[in-house]
Amino acid sequence: MTFPETLASWLRHDMGLIPVERHRPWSRFEVSEAQWWRLMEAMEVSRWSLLGLWAEPERVYLALRDDTDEDIAVVSLLCSEGRFPAVSVVRPAAQRLERAIHDLFGLEAVGLTDSRPWLDHGVWKGSRPLAAVPGPAVRRSYAFLPVEGEGLHQIPVGPVHAGIIEPGHFRFHANGEAVVRLEERLGYVHKGIEGLMQGRSVFDAARLAARISGDSTVAYGFAFARAVEAALGFEAPPRAVWLRALMAEMERLANHLGDIGSICNDAAFPVLLTRCHALREQVARTAVACFGHRLMMDRIVPGGVAVDLTPDGAERIRRLGTEIKGAFAIVMEIYDNRNSLLDRMVGTGVIGSHLVHRFGAGGFVGRAAMRDFDARRTPSYPPYDDLDFIVPVLEGGDVNARVGVRREEIKESLKLMAVILDRLPEGPVLEPVPGTGGEGMALVEGFRGEILVWVRLAADGTILRCHARDPSWFQWPLLEAAIEGNIVADFPLCNKSFNCSYSGHDL
Amino acid sequence: MWKTLLITNLFKGPYTDAPPSPSTEALAELVDKAARRRLGRSLAIREVDAGSCNGCELEIQAINNIYYDVERFGIRFVASPRHADVLLVTGPVTHNMREALIRTWHSVPDPKWVVAAGECACGGGVFAGSYAVAGRVEDFVPVDLHLSGCPPTPTHLLEGLLALLTVNT
Ligand code: SF4
Repeated sequence: MTFPETLASWLRHDMGLIPVERHRPWSRFEVSEAQWWRLMEAMEVSRWSLLGLWAEPERVYLALRDDTDEDIAVVSLLCSEGRFPAVSVVRPAAQRLERAIHDLFGLEAVGLTDSRPWLDHGVWKGSRPLAAVPGPAVRRSYAFLPVEGEGLHQIPVGPVHAGIIEPGHFRFHANGEAVVRLEERLGYVHKGIEGLMQGRSVFDAARLAARISGDSTVAYGFAFARAVEAALGFEAPPRAVWLRALMAEMERLANHLGDIGSICNDAAFPVLLTRCHALREQVARTAVACFGHRLMMDRIVPGGVAVDLTPDGAERIRRLGTEIKGAFAIVMEIYDNRNSLLDRMVGTGVIGSHLVHRFGAGGFVGRAAMRDFDARRTPSYPPYDDLDFIVPVLEGGDVNARVGVRREEIKESLKLMAVILDRLPEGPVLEPVPGTGGEGMALVEGFRGEILVWVRLAADGTILRCHARDPSWFQWPLLEAAIEGNIVADFPLCNKSFNCSYSGHDL
Repeated sequence: MWKTLLITNLFKGPYTDAPPSPSTEALAELVDKAARRRLGRSLAIREVDAGSCNGCELEIQAINNIYYDVERFGIRFVASPRHADVLLVTGPVTHNMREALIRTWHSVPDPKWVVAAGECACGGGVFAGSYAVAGRVEDFVPVDLHLSGCPPTPTHLLEGLLALLTVNT
């Protein structure tokens, strides 16, 4: 094996594989267990990053992206013995995905070093709920990783947190003020969304997709619609495509504003919380006036968008853009000139570039530590393939850099919103999608990173299987690394700067 | 910085909306429960996400922004259930959150109120029927007030909480 070699040429030439039919837009290759093993070996020495790992009752799917030529491929394996070689051996970010696969489907990842359950907390009515034959309920206790040493103490936090936030458990081991280890335990808000989707029409499933992570409802709607449309070989009408991006940028803007405010608040600087959340509210009010919903939930559907922009919508959004631009400049001026604030931000919660690359972390977590990846640019999708925008990449890897990425993205989103309005094509916004089968995948850049949605549709157009991978899967583990050596009191600040989704991760 | 703030604020006028009226619907739901407990002109709320998609959390956070400014009514969010009068619960109750919800409810001292916020909390919403969902909020803790919407708008939340305040004074 000689490297560097591209993923595509390795799969097609070295392995002699032919893609399966009707998997769009990227190819899927079915491999044998021996070939899967060889793939793991190849991954050890390649720059193919993990995009996703999911299962069906008898099959696992692995989505990879070749960082050298930006090509994407899906590899699948029939697990005849109920097992597959673990991907986490070469891509540690797969570990929790493998634990989740085991909990939901009962498929075992051979070589997985952490065999504790992840989503299954031992309180469901049965086990492996999505397997062909679900199992009986298993009650088990959960052992946190041991920490030994003199003077260490434990701080358990959650699942119910002090604040209006989602539930999860954090187990800290601290030496005095310094965090020695943080271990996360998630899964509390697991709702079984993938299970609920099965057998549903794509429209019913779209409503579920829009509720995978409420703060990213537009991005999930967008990704789900694109995956379904890819499976069906359907293109949404041009006006719908541009409206989708308009909503996606408004969502990004709203969330980044909210995040910057909340991060500053966690650094004891509430004046910026007040200012940023007022701006966020203005976005929500504009959204409801233009699209009929403050979060723009259920506006993107397979086939296009459910509502057109109201007649005065373009004007409203332009006005919003101008106002936010001015007000946000003031916010950032304050931010830049408060030494006491910067003192909390700079150098806090540092995450190294090697780790974000290793875990394939996207969004502001990755881009704040030199990982130059934004799904809007590569692999890109309409209308972004026809738009110019800057993807900010910083190198600090600290809270300040994660604020910095958001701040630049706010500026870019404001510009994009204006350009989209200028170029918004006329025409219908929704067309009926054909009710046929196929497999499709989509990557859409939400505010916190790339969302992967994969669907397999039955011949009557209903969902056989849908998988959605939130960007948080590859960011949550890094929070554990970012907090190490920081003081316990800085955890809320670090956590907010990551702002991972619990619901999106737990599904 | 303070000069800029002063100037913008002088010319802009206040951001805060005029206070909404208590929701008549919520008052009706609370009417026969009102005699039971009185907490006075201030309410401390503990929010519990029992399995939400986090959309409800965004809108609950929004009532703290200066447009809605929930604190001007004497309503505030507290960090511990032991300091709370009201448990504001979102989401369908997942099996994995069921115990935490019940324990949190037990930690709130009497007299207490429970508000279920959002379609999911009220009736399971789109997640009803899943293997991972245990049920509605009222299947596990007694609910005094239901606020519908997916998610409920901040105005709707505020109108409901004001109704709760009304019956408490
Ligand atoms: S009611 Fe709607 S917004 Fe609230 S948790 Fe349920 S799905 Fe999410």
